[in-house]
Amino acid sequence: MSQSADLSELPSLPMDEDGPVFAEPWQAQAFAMTLELHRAGHFTWKEWAAHLSEEIGAAQARGDPDRGDTYYLHWLAALEKLVAEKGLTSAAELDTRKTEWDEAARHTPHGEPIELGKG
Amino acid sequence: MSDHHHDHDAPLPDTVLRVKALESLLTEKGLVDPAALDVLIDTYETRVGPRNGAKVVARAWVDDAYKKRLLEDATAAIAEFGFQGRQSEHMVVLENTAKVHNMVVCTLCSCYPWAVLGLPPVWYKSSPYRARAVIDPRGVLEEFGVALDEEVEIRVWDSTAEIRYLVLPQRPGGTEGMDEEALADLVTRDSMIGVGLAGSPGGV
Repeated sequence: MSQSADLSELPSLPMDEDGPVFAEPWQAQAFAMTLELHRAGHFTWKEWAAHLSEEIGAAQARGDPDRGDTYYLHWLAALEKLVAEKGLTSAAELDTRKTEWDEAARHTPHGEPIELGKG
Repeated sequence: MSDHHHDHDAPLPDTVLRVKALESLLTEKGLVDPAALDVLIDTYETRVGPRNGAKVVARAWVDDAYKKRLLEDATAAIAEFGFQGRQSEHMVVLENTAKVHNMVVCTLCSCYPWAVLGLPPVWYKSSPYRARAVIDPRGVLEEFGVALDEEVEIRVWDSTAEIRYLVLPQRPGGTEGMDEEALADLVTRDSMIGVGLAGSPGGV
């Protein structure tokens, strides 16, 4: 059993009285992926909290206004770094795959599911 | 129709592409279980976006002038509630009547009016739903417990990344004295996708 994911250990997570809230679907996906990777034991919650804090801190140092709308941008950047550090998937792999999705999306007629390997 | 022409090959936002890249790589490597991910994301179904679709429908039921504006320019009429975001642009509202029943399909999360409805349910994203909704909409509706008269025409609308449809369900009978807030409680997500009807007062 891995220890549970304590959301209160995370800096300034956007929440209401019922739990986390998301402005857009990709944010919920990034959130769920992080919880699932942690549950599978690929990193500890403490490691995750530290990476997220570091990312937010660095953004603030760069002058991020930190009004909450950029929170999940930092979340996504922290997750990309952590999975690379843990050797789960490299930055280069992510970049290549991102380009492939971009190409696939551009070549998919509207209304059809976007799949890799088209076009 | 809108005056604007929108390219259907519009690129996905950078963040969406990065999340898709992560998810597909981690899934292929067996590091995350996509089914577990789906279950988890499903629990956030009602946690994404302002989800004010039911309020929009209830107002259209009680206010004819609003309904007219909504059917003419859904994007602007929905924005009257003050939750216009870039994701709720180019909304089209389809009115269900005694003669016409509208239902909406699309397999893409980005083609779902999540700003008014929250996240799409897992079945909505499944290819069997999309394929069958087009071939046999009456059969799909029956599975959802919606039996329509033979004479009712069923129109199936394929969402795109640029046009998101919201179904305006018929106002249920026996709701004459109800106010907007009470009416909004009768408007289910499924009724706004067109795979359900609005609930009856006091019903389930």
